[in-house]
Amino acid sequence: MSLSTVVVLLGLVASVGLFGYRCWQRMQHLRLGRPAGPFGQWSKRLQGVLVFVGGQTRLLRVPGTGIAHIVIFWGFVLLLPTILQAIIEGLFPDFVLPFFATFGPLSLVQDIIALAVTVAVLYGLYVRAVVRPERYKGSHQFEGNLVLCFIFTIMATLLCHTGIRQNLGEAHVAVAWQPVAAVVGLPLRDLSPETQEAVSEVCWWIHLGVVLVFLTLLPLGKHFHVVTSIINVLLRNLEPPGRLMPARRDEGAEGAERIEQFSWWQMLDWYSCSECGRCQDVCPAYGSGAPLSPKLLIMGLRAHLHERGQALRANPEVGRSASCEAILNKRLVGDVLSEESVWACTTCNACDRECPLFVEHVQPIVDLRRGLLLQQRGDKTLATALESLRRYGNSFGKSDKQRAKWTTGLDFKIKDVRKQPAQTLWFVGDYASYSPALTQVTQATARVFQTAGLDFGLLFDAERNAGNDVRRVGEEGLFELLAQKNITALQKCQFERIVTTDPHTYNTLKNEYVLTNGQSQSLGAKVPILHYTELLDELIRGGRLKVLRKLDGAVTYHDPCYLGRYNEVYEAPRRVLRAVGCRLVEMPRNRDRALCCGAGGGRIWMDEGKVKERPAESRIREAAALGVGCLVVACPKDLTMYRDAVKTAGLEGRIMVRDLIELVDEATRANAGSAATAVAKTEAMASSLSAG
Amino acid sequence: MDIVVLIKFVPDLVEDLEIDAATGLLDRNFLRLMPNELDEHALEQAIILKERHGGRVTVLALDTGDVDEALYTAVAKGADRVIKITGDGFDQGLGNRRIAAILRRAVGDVRFDLILTGTQAVDDLDGFVGALLAADLGLPYVGYVTQVVAADGRVVARKEYPGGLNAEIEVNGPAVLGIQAAERAPRYVVTSKVMEAMKSAKIEELAVDEVSVENELAVSSMALPESGTHAEMIEGNVQQVAQKLAVLLKERGVLA
Amino acid sequence: MCGEVCVVVEVLRGEVKDITYTMLAAGRQLAAGLKTKLTALLIGRDVQKLVAQLGAADRVVCVEHADLAEFNPDAYLHVLIAVFEQHAPRLVMFGHTATGTDLACGVAHRLHWPVATACRTFSLGNGTVQCSSLTCGGKLIANGPLPEPSCVVTVMPGGYKAEDGQLHKTPTVETVSAPGLDQVRTRFKQYLEPPAGDVDITKQRILVSVGRGIQNKDNLALAEKLAAALGGVVSGSRPVIDQAWLPTTRLVGKSGKQVKPKLYLAIGISGAPEHLEGVPEAELMLAINTDPKAPIFDVAQYGATCNALELMPLLTENLKK
Repeated sequence: MSLSTVVVLLGLVASVGLFGYRCWQRMQHLRLGRPAGPFGQWSKRLQGVLVFVGGQTRLLRVPGTGIAHIVIFWGFVLLLPTILQAIIEGLFPDFVLPFFATFGPLSLVQDIIALAVTVAVLYGLYVRAVVRPERYKGSHQFEGNLVLCFIFTIMATLLCHTGIRQNLGEAHVAVAWQPVAAVVGLPLRDLSPETQEAVSEVCWWIHLGVVLVFLTLLPLGKHFHVVTSIINVLLRNLEPPGRLMPARRDEGAEGAERIEQFSWWQMLDWYSCSECGRCQDVCPAYGSGAPLSPKLLIMGLRAHLHERGQALRANPEVGRSASCEAILNKRLVGDVLSEESVWACTTCNACDRECPLFVEHVQPIVDLRRGLLLQQRGDKTLATALESLRRYGNSFGKSDKQRAKWTTGLDFKIKDVRKQPAQTLWFVGDYASYSPALTQVTQATARVFQTAGLDFGLLFDAERNAGNDVRRVGEEGLFELLAQKNITALQKCQFERIVTTDPHTYNTLKNEYVLTNGQSQSLGAKVPILHYTELLDELIRGGRLKVLRKLDGAVTYHDPCYLGRYNEVYEAPRRVLRAVGCRLVEMPRNRDRALCCGAGGGRIWMDEGKVKERPAESRIREAAALGVGCLVVACPKDLTMYRDAVKTAGLEGRIMVRDLIELVDEATRANAGSAATAVAKTEAMASSLSAG
Repeated sequence: MDIVVLIKFVPDLVEDLEIDAATGLLDRNFLRLMPNELDEHALEQAIILKERHGGRVTVLALDTGDVDEALYTAVAKGADRVIKITGDGFDQGLGNRRIAAILRRAVGDVRFDLILTGTQAVDDLDGFVGALLAADLGLPYVGYVTQVVAADGRVVARKEYPGGLNAEIEVNGPAVLGIQAAERAPRYVVTSKVMEAMKSAKIEELAVDEVSVENELAVSSMALPESGTHAEMIEGNVQQVAQKLAVLLKERGVLA
Repeated sequence: MCGEVCVVVEVLRGEVKDITYTMLAAGRQLAAGLKTKLTALLIGRDVQKLVAQLGAADRVVCVEHADLAEFNPDAYLHVLIAVFEQHAPRLVMFGHTATGTDLACGVAHRLHWPVATACRTFSLGNGTVQCSSLTCGGKLIANGPLPEPSCVVTVMPGGYKAEDGQLHKTPTVETVSAPGLDQVRTRFKQYLEPPAGDVDITKQRILVSVGRGIQNKDNLALAEKLAAALGGVVSGSRPVIDQAWLPTTRLVGKSGKQVKPKLYLAIGISGAPEHLEGVPEAELMLAINTDPKAPIFDVAQYGATCNALELMPLLTENLKK
């Protein structure tokens, strides 16, 4: 055995050994976590791997670096044989990998892709060094740059080595199959064969060395995703995003106070985070200047898991060092993560939607909140809202008997579905029922239903807050209590389907409510649940609701988080808007990229804290920049937040905020209201302002 | 430090109050009751003292109907014993004199260093439960307390006066304190813990027979306040209101 | 003192508090109606100098002792019991305050008298004395008799004008020696001063007072600008102080300060009784509240239901013209 073979062998053993050891360490940490599973639906899961790992689909949502990453990913996959060839060559000098090293067309593909990878890497370095996107803030930049340099080096040395092989006629395939390498080798042709051999040797050693070093570094940081991503995507959550996992209630604990109270499946998520920051970029809390970054949250959890895992494994007999003790005494929320950051989340799901590796951010935040509330650590204003929800079933501090007071302003009576059957049960929701500013909109909704001849009824006083945000705030027990009360009330009524005003209500009724008839059947499976925009769409298309006058004018539409991103209802509201005659201009961030208004996740019940720019203000500016006179919304909280934002952003007179139902009411009511329609009015306003 | 907390259930003012035509008094038929807000503060203060000094917290409440949930919540917050006092006519709205006499009987031989209760309740008419009980037990009473410091067997209560002024009053021996505000807002305890308490804790019931009470106050009639002199409302949109107000203020010579 | 109307003077740090005058005004009427005398009972140390302010009473009884210099619940209770055991008045009136409410029940229990609290007005008819109290957060009025031979009451402000309790006459003065105070179980230690260095809202002619309706701390700036334009100062109700948007020195209300400004602008304040206690007699009160049923409109002379956050800057502008 020659010296070089020994060196390669030793290097290989050391590298693989170290890599293996570091992987094993992290596996041990995963074992600290709670159990997870069972995992079914394997064909769907495998399909997911093909689409999301093979196809890298989510990465293309940021096109530039997305394409670069696809190139690098597939480059590595296709170039794996060349790395294998290099390693085995080191041990058995004359070895040639059958087929993979000798098949011409494959070599051509590899050759071109090596060039593509080099370009991609250089582009990546350019983005990091010159463009410096916001989303990399807080990521381990050094590691990112280092790895890009590694990959560049691996490509360069490969091409150089192969080029020289071509020069010396020692290549495994004809030069026609390796044009790029040939071009790389061109400037070296004039050197003596001995020199070229030497250069080629050096390239080979560097190539192998970097690969082996890279391997050992893989488990340490963000590049662990290279190992874990396929498993993570394979095991991804197949439940609807709007369905949270229930609280784990063993040993009196609820939620996660210590990191071991997460499941190993959640921990695997953290090991798959590549710190790309796409989540951070779309986070409304982060954008507003709040101390929450979904990316930094995951990185923090990962780092703490590692340090705590290491500390716990320190031999107790030998005695734990002071620094060990210090780590074990760290409070997960308090020392590792700030309380503010945990409460800042609006649960809009933009982060989860954006993540190419299907890392979940919202669920761990809810788990942390569950733990915090159990320890009585919460925003004081939140406590007031929760007390009110527990006592009165609404967050307004008003009596449950006042829930249907808004109906007194109507000139017709609405059915009490507790007493009479109705085809459609209208679950109104807290904000639409109790907020004085929204009474007229709720009444308009009733009018439209009446005009369409809908057979509908209300639960009146029996309705309670559906609990969507109560759950997301971490008060699982209160969610269960409210759900139980609502389900009991529902089960006493006769109806065929449910329609909701509020997307939050829609989400939880559809995805999270389970009937108590002994069969654990989900409410959404038993009875169709619609958002009012879906119902309007159905009524208009079916001819039951007739548009009597078209509303002229350009509007834009904001997709509510819990209707759009969570439940994929994008087109129904748009069809309704077009049906009433509006010309829809899309905002840059639309559909599943819509920016949350900031009220969700219980934020509307909490102190605002310091903000640079409220998400609602950023959004209203986005809308106003389109030059339309009206922002159309389909959620009572959106209506509240954006109307406020118009004032605080100083856009009064520039843009109006109206609920879709108001436009439909105007377009369909028997007696025409005011002379000009709302939209035309604002159009006139907008154009006069731009003229003046 | 062993503490007894008294909780009185009072009308929930979120609802509209009505006069019973027959009796001329408050119609209690559809009245919703809730724990008196300041009594919740008293409970919070008691738990804070228990967390600091150890000891037991005992909660006493008259069974005015539907009090169980609040008592289980007290357990979830940290109370050690919760005692529901039962008797005839408790749901009819008793005067504080009678309540104090009943509580006197119920306290019986419960060991305590302090009795804490809200300094007032929203429906007080004839005195305050804490002060009356103190007098009945022959104990000193300090009201409007916003902080309790215990050291070396002595208690120093911080008493709140108007205008942000406070005084420290030292109290010797067992006493009754009327709480105006706990050191922290009453904690929110998650529903699952209350449910847990409902399963694992037990509410003790204590029946109290007729107590003789002297000097009860009779209420001859009740009425809803008339909005007699209602403000003159200024109409119009915001611009118009602003203009009218400015004119009004100048006319009245306020801006001299 | 037998059969007399007795007002227990409310003194804090050597000052006679306004509620005393309310009680004296009420007491004057009752004493006249019952054809008896009005006595003011003054407890403390060096209190003789305060007698001049109690002209509305026919007689002032002073009990002085070093241990009574500052309010001490158990000590004062001992004194009152000793005094009333000697002579039982027809009515004993305490202010419904931190001091009065500490004492009323103890006196009533020990002397076997009934006690009625939170009384606002009294009336006489067929030889009986009736009182009217506001209860249940101001949502309910309760009326009832004050039985003979003796009865204790606590009095809330607002039923009588303080001026009617301030007469420039000279009452007769009697001194009574304090009973033995060695069995007293409470002891005054010290005062804790309120945070200083801020405006004294009781001395302001114009107050722009903000409540929960202001929604968040940032909107305070609108109130500040309006106050500046009016030549006044910003004050607030309890929710605003609890959130720490304003210091406690700006609190108007039962636990805060009692103010008597020329102009009181109540912005986003509902008008809870605890707050209204702090401004029983403003010359001109304007209220802005989006809820047309807010109790504040029963007290203010003028009101509007428009959005305060929009109104404030517009009003400020209009005032500058």
